[in-house]
Amino acid sequence: MPQPTDLLFYAFAGLTLMFGFLCVANPLSRNPVTSAMFLVLTIVSMAGLFVLLNAFFLAAVQILVYAGAVMVLFLFVIMLLDLQEEERRRLNRVALGLGGVAILGLAGILVRAMTSGTAEGVGTPAVEGSTAELGRILFRSYLLPFEIVSVLLLVAMVGVILLSKKELK
Amino acid sequence: MIEELLSQPAVQFAVFSTVKIAVVFAVVMTFVAYAVLVERKVSAFIQDRVGPNRTAPPLALKVPVLGRLLQSWGMFQPMADGLKFMLKEDFTPSYVRKVYFWLAPAITVIPAFLTLCVIPFGSRLGGQKMVIADLDVGILYTFGIVSLGVYGIVLAGYASNSKYPFLGGIRSSAQMISYEIAMGMSVVTLFLIVGDLNLSRVIEWQAKNGWLVLYQPVSFVIFLVAAFAETNRLPFDLPESETELVGGYHTEYSSMKFALFFLGEYANMIASAAMMVTLFFGGWTLPFLGTPAEGLLGGLFHIGVFIAKMVVLMVVFIWVRWMLPRFRYDQLMDLGWRRFIPLALVNIVATALAVAAFN
Repeated sequence: MPQPTDLLFYAFAGLTLMFGFLCVANPLSRNPVTSAMFLVLTIVSMAGLFVLLNAFFLAAVQILVYAGAVMVLFLFVIMLLDLQEEERRRLNRVALGLGGVAILGLAGILVRAMTSGTAEGVGTPAVEGSTAELGRILFRSYLLPFEIVSVLLLVAMVGVILLSKKELK
Repeated sequence: MIEELLSQPAVQFAVFSTVKIAVVFAVVMTFVAYAVLVERKVSAFIQDRVGPNRTAPPLALKVPVLGRLLQSWGMFQPMADGLKFMLKEDFTPSYVRKVYFWLAPAITVIPAFLTLCVIPFGSRLGGQKMVIADLDVGILYTFGIVSLGVYGIVLAGYASNSKYPFLGGIRSSAQMISYEIAMGMSVVTLFLIVGDLNLSRVIEWQAKNGWLVLYQPVSFVIFLVAAFAETNRLPFDLPESETELVGGYHTEYSSMKFALFFLGEYANMIASAAMMVTLFFGGWTLPFLGTPAEGLLGGLFHIGVFIAKMVVLMVVFIWVRWMLPRFRYDQLMDLGWRRFIPLALVNIVATALAVAAFN
């Protein structure tokens, strides 16, 4: 008999896939705002998957950062630029090919992870919800990658400010 | 059969949670109705008027003394207001984007209520913890939900498909994103001191060591001002400033749909007042009374303490609205980005150093 959490997993996974599909290829609407809203729903359903993994911190941050901040900015820009409905374009062969390669690569990694991993320790994730524990791991074991990512974000920010300044003195 | 079912912990949890949700929802709805009355009475007091003092159902006036007294306090006004909202014509202009026009009011109201479910509004009532969801990431959950609240307003502006609501929506999204950062940074210091994100744990700490507002007055000021900006209230009500934008993002809305925006604003106010009580003013504890209640009476008393503190903060919200003029938009952004964010950052560094020194 399936556990309730299993059913929830399938529900959230299904919703994530469905909303993701509707975000990129909505048959009913070509409206950019609709796409953005479906992306928000995709992110929220993914947060549901994180909760099922007991990663409450990640779930909260996922909603806070992506759904709450990044997507609001997306919406802001879409509305500010007053983007109209996009016309349907022909499929770009090169883009299609590159996309296919990316999907195959990701699928390969997933399959390898699923076949090589043992069943042990799957039920209890290493970082279980505890925010303090996650912080300790980030700032002890993964300090260098963490700091490099921060610097990367800073570089992006400085770049944006430089690009958006009209005239340089 | 029923007893057996009730003895299961999962069923018990479901039953108690449902009851708690129903009660909290009912209390908040009542609070919203009477907050509007208090708003009107306080504004009348500040502007040297009388305020609502006429509305009363005919039967109530038959009650000697009390009927007249309640009438002069305007206690029946919220009922009349509610009835008016329900009976007005629900008009949908022909040029709006229908789906979003219908969704936006709902998206505004739901987050306002969702934030309330992690707030511990009392200690214990007969073995039950007085909080709907005792989450370990408490505050992050609240900020996540609050950040979703902006969608309702942005979508209302977009759906209305006319100039003034659109400008209101744009203004509000910029304002809410800006002040969310300052707000989030201001509470970081609290968790540096307490060492836990769980709101029940934050209250326990305050019961032992005193209210956090005494340790972090700067954080409190930033949080308070950001709360005004997040709830779109004066002096930061630029998204709906009547003199420039007619009614801002809800210009095209009427009847119950408008009432939902109204409800959302007041529910947000209640949520931020409750949040401030929990974070800065010790929640349900009093300086001499910090242990969870044993009996029913003590539990009810703790809930009363929480509500009393909340009411004081809500009166502050209302008071400020009628005392200060509106900011200009550039002043608003300047205050958010160039004053509060650096101040909050300095505060975080100073607190971190102090915590490190004392440990």
